Amino acid sequence: MKIDVAKIKQDFPCLQNSELTYLDSASTTQRPLQVVERIKRFYCEQNANVHRAIYDLGAEATVAYEGVRKKVKEFINAPTVLNSERMPKNIIFTSGTTAAINLVAQCWGGSQLKPDDEIILTIMEHHSNIVPWQLIAAKTGAKLKFVTVDSNGALDLDHYRSLLSDKTKLVSCTHVSNVLGTVNPIKEIVQEAKAVGAITLVDGAQSVPHMPVNVTDLGCDFYAFSSHKLGGPTGVGVLYANPDIMQELPPYMGGGDMIEFVTTEGASWAELPSKFEAGTPNIAGVVGLGEAIDYLTSIGMENIHNYEQKLTEYTLEKLQEIPSIKIYGNAEKRAGVISFALEEVHAHDIAHFLSQKSVCTRAGHHCAQPLMNHFGVDSTTRISFYIYNDTSDIDRFIEALNEVRLFFT
Amino acid sequence: MDEFKELYQEIIMDNNKYPKNFREIEECSCKVHGKNPMCGDNFTIYVKLEDEKIVDCSFQGAGCAISKASASMMTEFLQGKTIKEAEEVFDLFTGMIRGEIDATDHFDELGKLVAFSGLSQFPVRVKCATLAWNALHEAVTTGQEVVTTE
Repeated sequence: MKIDVAKIKQDFPCLQNSELTYLDSASTTQRPLQVVERIKRFYCEQNANVHRAIYDLGAEATVAYEGVRKKVKEFINAPTVLNSERMPKNIIFTSGTTAAINLVAQCWGGSQLKPDDEIILTIMEHHSNIVPWQLIAAKTGAKLKFVTVDSNGALDLDHYRSLLSDKTKLVSCTHVSNVLGTVNPIKEIVQEAKAVGAITLVDGAQSVPHMPVNVTDLGCDFYAFSSHKLGGPTGVGVLYANPDIMQELPPYMGGGDMIEFVTTEGASWAELPSKFEAGTPNIAGVVGLGEAIDYLTSIGMENIHNYEQKLTEYTLEKLQEIPSIKIYGNAEKRAGVISFALEEVHAHDIAHFLSQKSVCTRAGHHCAQPLMNHFGVDSTTRISFYIYNDTSDIDRFIEALNEVRLFFT
Repeated sequence: MDEFKELYQEIIMDNNKYPKNFREIEECSCKVHGKNPMCGDNFTIYVKLEDEKIVDCSFQGAGCAISKASASMMTEFLQGKTIKEAEEVFDLFTGMIRGEIDATDHFDELGKLVAFSGLSQFPVRVKCATLAWNALHEAVTTGQEVVTTE
């Protein structure tokens, strides 16, 4: 199927300003009107708290909220494991990828890690998949190991294998690098981790929005992603979690909804997934996420992936024509995230100049300082795409980038 | 775009390309790191004091054109100034780029530094221009050694 980008662009109110070239979707995407309208409809017509409400409005809110849990389960092809209320036990709503990873680090890491246990991360992780592990390592005495990358920005799998041992308790790795665009061989990484008895977490913040993801096929224990990077609202994320592991863990936060019985002496926990969803959740946000998933599904994840691959190829070809450009990340399998530097022009000066031409890019370390250190740079400029970008966006960006060179050199 | 060009005027571009006092002072009175973690700007400011007077000031490090030019022009400006004078200019300079004071009212005190007045139009770049100044301010007031602007 051919994607009709002109038609898709019409769905995004923020992109109706024809001057704007939005190339920062790895940071956050724009939202289609359908999502905004769905959230409005929830607040205007269905608003009530979820679970336990006896009246119709509350029941309707609960159906809307829980319906998205099933939708998410299908979207990432999670296995069907239902609780007594027929809710998927393995889909936990959080406030985002960061919260999802912190949940695992605190609950699993906090209860299971012992001194000298090892956690394997990669040098290309976002800070949100490094710092939670540093915090829990400091508490438990566990040690962190980092898999390095080659000069193209692909993971060094030989190095990974050399780090694996019976001390390895967890391997946590991003599916797609938010700096290099590298797509990591998750299935292989998971298999090798399993062979030494380690559990696995995948940061899917940059993958789920852009490609079909099948967590059953990948075989990981945890998979985390955010709503706001796939056209949904901010403040919502998903943790897909192996229920056999989660069942045994202590809760993350205490409060309403996560309990079974409470007495003055103590409490017992609700069944999964409620055990890990204390307090009133971001109901409208979750409903909006459901609408965003419907929107993407109507286009087709495979179509989105193929389209972005072509746009990435087009962009890389154009970028390579620019003298003195250095592109960080040339892995064989890559996504629509491109980081680059121009000789003698600082990333911030580039991004600021581009912003004057209404081209939105991002400059800095992209929350991946260890990776920047690895490549010996302080900052890069990054562009990233989504389904609403087309070659005219790229052409405008390239034209502006050529002006940057003229201006600064 | 005009405001952008005004910001990146020749004096700033020159100081970025050919920074003044871009060197270490081995026998300095204070040496402070100024960092901008979000951008990766990272400078070391060296100050040599004699009787409350800045007899030499220099810097080293890397950052965007605005931060580097600002550090360069600061070190040039402060040569021979007293700490009190430096602090007064620090207040004026930071006030100017935050748009809190009108640079034209303080042309005599600010001199070449008015080149940065255009920054008040670009709030996201304020931290670039203040990095070196904040580091210096912390150095002479608290003796703290690492200054972060975020």
